[in-house]
Amino acid sequence: MSNRTLNAMVAGAFAVAVGTLVATSATAQGKADMEKMMKEKQAQTMKAMQGGKMEKCFGVALKGQNDCYAGAGTTCAGTSTVDYQGNAFKLEPKGTCTTMNTPKGAGSLTPKA
Amino acid sequence: MQPLAELQRSFAAALLDPALPTPAGLVGPDGKPSSRRFAVYRNNVIVGLTQTLKDAYPAVHGIVGSEFFLALARAYVVGDLPRSPMLFDYGAGFPDFIGQFEPASVLPYLADVARIERAWTEAYHAAEASPIGLSAFVEIAPDRIPAITLELHPSVRIVRSRFPALTIWQMNVDGGIPGPVDLAAGGENAIVVRPEADVEVRSIPNGSPEFIHALASGRPVLAAFEEANAADPTFDLSANLSDLILAGMVVGFGFAQEPLGT
Amino acid sequence: MRFLSSSPEDRIPARAGVGLKAEHYRTIIDTAPDVGFFEVHAENYMGAGGPPHRYLSAVRERYPLSLHGVGLSIGADRPLDEDHIKRLGELRRRYTPGLFSEHLAWSTHDAGFLNDLLPVPYTSGTLQRVVEHIDQVQTALGCEMLLENPSTYVAFVESTYAETDFIAEVARRSGCGLLLDVNNVFVASTNQQWDPVAYIEGYPLASVKEIHLAGNRRQADEIGRPLLIDTHDRPVEDAVWYLYELAIRLIGPVPTLIEWDAEVPPWPTLAGEAERAEAIMAANRPEMPRDAAAC
Repeated sequence: MSNRTLNAMVAGAFAVAVGTLVATSATAQGKADMEKMMKEKQAQTMKAMQGGKMEKCFGVALKGQNDCYAGAGTTCAGTSTVDYQGNAFKLEPKGTCTTMNTPKGAGSLTPKA
Repeated sequence: MQPLAELQRSFAAALLDPALPTPAGLVGPDGKPSSRRFAVYRNNVIVGLTQTLKDAYPAVHGIVGSEFFLALARAYVVGDLPRSPMLFDYGAGFPDFIGQFEPASVLPYLADVARIERAWTEAYHAAEASPIGLSAFVEIAPDRIPAITLELHPSVRIVRSRFPALTIWQMNVDGGIPGPVDLAAGGENAIVVRPEADVEVRSIPNGSPEFIHALASGRPVLAAFEEANAADPTFDLSANLSDLILAGMVVGFGFAQEPLGT
Repeated sequence: MRFLSSSPEDRIPARAGVGLKAEHYRTIIDTAPDVGFFEVHAENYMGAGGPPHRYLSAVRERYPLSLHGVGLSIGADRPLDEDHIKRLGELRRRYTPGLFSEHLAWSTHDAGFLNDLLPVPYTSGTLQRVVEHIDQVQTALGCEMLLENPSTYVAFVESTYAETDFIAEVARRSGCGLLLDVNNVFVASTNQQWDPVAYIEGYPLASVKEIHLAGNRRQADEIGRPLLIDTHDRPVEDAVWYLYELAIRLIGPVPTLIEWDAEVPPWPTLAGEAERAEAIMAANRPEMPRDAAAC
């Protein structure tokens, strides 16, 4: 592909993407209208956010990870030794997708349950 | 009397290695050593950090179950403590660790599921930016288009997988229903972005990861297209561009100074 | 040292406040409950953007805010993390908190951030290091910080100061204010077999600008002695309310935080705890409220 062809192709694809291929260049008036519309939409969003009515403006509320309490003192999480490579304690992941086709054929995500 | 630095060194070492004895000089109210009391600190460190990983990697936790996850997370924690006090950012190395954790090797897709979860977390906390719409581009002269560079939203992350990792992730997060998955069905590429308040995870076709990576590194549309095209000759430039813009992943644009040549 | 004072609307009133939890963002924004202030753990808002900042900004528009650090590691015998101090400064500029507090503890070592408030021996060496670190923080932030008394599970044979004397000396030398965590007083006193009433009476109360209240859980050590854990996962217990009332009788109403960080209950439970604290403040020297603005 020549540089010129490639350039033309990219320009054409871009024009299709932004919807200006048919109306080769949007008028200045069209652009002004579009900007006005977007500004109005932004103003509405801001108003809704300040009113605290728009769930979407805040997003999922994940709990914070930094804390200053002591948790789960009853467990022996920090004091037990886990030998995950030794034979004494062979870990097997549970797997929640019940069955699965592996490249070698049908297999199970719960090995030797 | 041991210096403070010395004391804290032995305290920290004993916290992380339960085979070590309780450091000298730590006592109960009778002035005698008490390993049970020191164990409170050991437990707090391990429980707090494994819980942080559990919250950051809910699908991985769902897939492997609690017992396995705790062992996995604990093995990771003692070898890769947080490097800053910002725990929301903890666990960047967890996906790679999973990929090398021998007991997890029966789930070869698990590390990629973890990569999607890490991308989600990073997108969640990424800087704010205002996406621009298609209208921003309407007046650009066609001959300048190949040199356009696109500034992507700071939250954009891409995860590529040889496995259907995105499908498996979806099945194992909130609202997902685990079911059969064909591991031989081919890989999946995911793009993660937070254009406004919500993190969105989408599937993207072959060629798109190369395209987006090239754009993200500041290369013009033409060069990005060439890379995408080399990866997949069926790469659809128009569709990718409009998807990228409409999904709120573009926050600005400019023009490359570099020669465009192929 | 003199610091810029906060503007009046940033001041933390001598009322009850509540630790801000993600579980309650919506309720607080939608119903604007009548509490004196909210407090957040600074580190949870150090990301570049996203929902945490959106929620906190909305809450801050309506309430005074207190900033509580949990990761500065003031008691460590190593330099403070300057990047972390900068991040605290950015939060301070962005949210204009009325108070900033941190712990008498350490949490960072060569291996990384250990994610716990680890105890320090009360020696002249520790004292010097803690005072240097507080100086550094107060200078960098341009405001006074409050230092919080810890919950502890062990004691150090090397300690040469009583905890209250150590804290009084830190406050005197550094000019910092103090945060009196009454649950920590009860937890540490039980675990160390101190008299909690004497602890409160011996605390440098003139420097106290905030009080924390929280729940704990009772366990035992290897020979059956009670070992209280600072769990923040249940109501404030009666003994702690009693000590709180003692403190308020001595100093008058001060900003008082209900901390409930795990097994977080529905909002009305927290509002109930806050009301109980306000009732105690209303009954004890209400004519001498100590509202606070140190940051």
